[in-house]
Amino acid sequence: MARRYDSKTTIFSPEGRLYQVEYAMEAIGHAGTCLGILANDGIVLAAERRNTNKLLDDVFLSDKIYVINEDMACCVAGITSDANVLTNELRAIAQRHTLQFGEPMPCEQLVMRLCDIKQAYTQYGGKRPFGVSILYMGWDNRHGYQLYQSDPSGNYSGWKATCIGNSSAAAVSILKQEYKEGETDLYEAQLLALKVMSKTLDMTKLNAEKLELATLVRKGDKTEILVKPADKVKELIKEHEQREAKAEAAKQDKATAGKSKDK
Amino acid sequence: MALECLIGIKFDDFVLIATDMSHIQSIMVQKSDDDKIHKLSSHLVMAVAGEAGDTTQFAEYIAKNIQLYKMRNGYELHPSSAVHFTRHTLSTHLRSREPYFVNLLMGGYNPAINKSELYYMDYLAASVPVNYYAFGYGGMFTLSIMDQDYHSNMTREAGYELLKKCIGEVKRRFIINLPKFRVRIISKEGISDMPTIIAEGEAA
Repeated sequence: MARRYDSKTTIFSPEGRLYQVEYAMEAIGHAGTCLGILANDGIVLAAERRNTNKLLDDVFLSDKIYVINEDMACCVAGITSDANVLTNELRAIAQRHTLQFGEPMPCEQLVMRLCDIKQAYTQYGGKRPFGVSILYMGWDNRHGYQLYQSDPSGNYSGWKATCIGNSSAAAVSILKQEYKEGETDLYEAQLLALKVMSKTLDMTKLNAEKLELATLVRKGDKTEILVKPADKVKELIKEHEQREAKAEAAKQDKATAGKSKDK
Repeated sequence: MALECLIGIKFDDFVLIATDMSHIQSIMVQKSDDDKIHKLSSHLVMAVAGEAGDTTQFAEYIAKNIQLYKMRNGYELHPSSAVHFTRHTLSTHLRSREPYFVNLLMGGYNPAINKSELYYMDYLAASVPVNYYAFGYGGMFTLSIMDQDYHSNMTREAGYELLKKCIGEVKRRFIINLPKFRVRIISKEGISDMPTIIAEGEAA
């Protein structure tokens, strides 16, 4: 029955749904995971890299994380070619603002502008929506560090920590438990990101080749956006594994202590 | 246009803008209580002189766009960004069939960084930040007075006296009679009026 109402984006179904938009979000549910965490002193984005063929030439350091302007970066989940078009547009929008106002574009305004474009593809024109969800991290002088998420419907919202792509629901529930607002610094946020990734991804061991990690911090009066090179990611993974081992050992001790008490 | 006089002086904590109040068409004074200072936002004004009609049109266009930004985003543009926007608009129109023939002084205060700002902008969309400037023939008589007596840390009273001295010189030496000058002050508290200056004394 639904088939009749889902070929054109510009039509509501009898239940009041836009099927094309929902199908687009389905597509994103199968894409590589991205998560973002807002810390006290910075923001971290982590992404699962799916293209890990040995034959791939490493011309591009990053195929999920894009720098938009000096104060903002984003990571994408979904159809890569759609993502390229959108990130190109984001960069152009940001520069047009700077050309007109002589200041860096405030984060929310940029997200809002792109979302208005995404929304247009759900209402008129007869074209399909973009199959991309985007996590944005940025700094501006009005609201400081900010993390936003946008989806194919053109909706966006601000987050303290969130996840998109494969297993995003599981990741978000872990973040809900583990994220401590106001008490997380950037280093802890990165370790938390690794922890969540290792729990939700279907990989037994975290691997620096399969992960992309980027951070945004404010240093003096400049914003520093760093896409971490593989060796730095390896260090963090090591730290994460050491902590996991310690936690495991502590659990074991508690279990054996309990047992001996019972005796 | 050259017969009009716009004066702007920037001090450490405030900016003074003074404009003459005559609207002249050929040999007639059409209006002697004209307000050439337009309010753009809570801490920014624009004094305009130039082609009749272009002045109001351009000033209102900029003012409404700046208000639209505030409505859309919930906060105002900083004075420096608003000036950049104005210059960009002016220069785009310059290279089209509809150039605006206006000279502007934009004076404001940025409460976020506690700085006063004053910008010169002419009809060719050249814009620079300045400590003081005066447009028009009146400027020829007053710039040297400001060169001599200006200090950035003057009080409001001292700044007002400096303005009075400049306007007195215009009365003494300029062939056109510009009897009254409207004065506005922009500071951390916002925009407010100061008493109108009516130059006294005889022509030289």
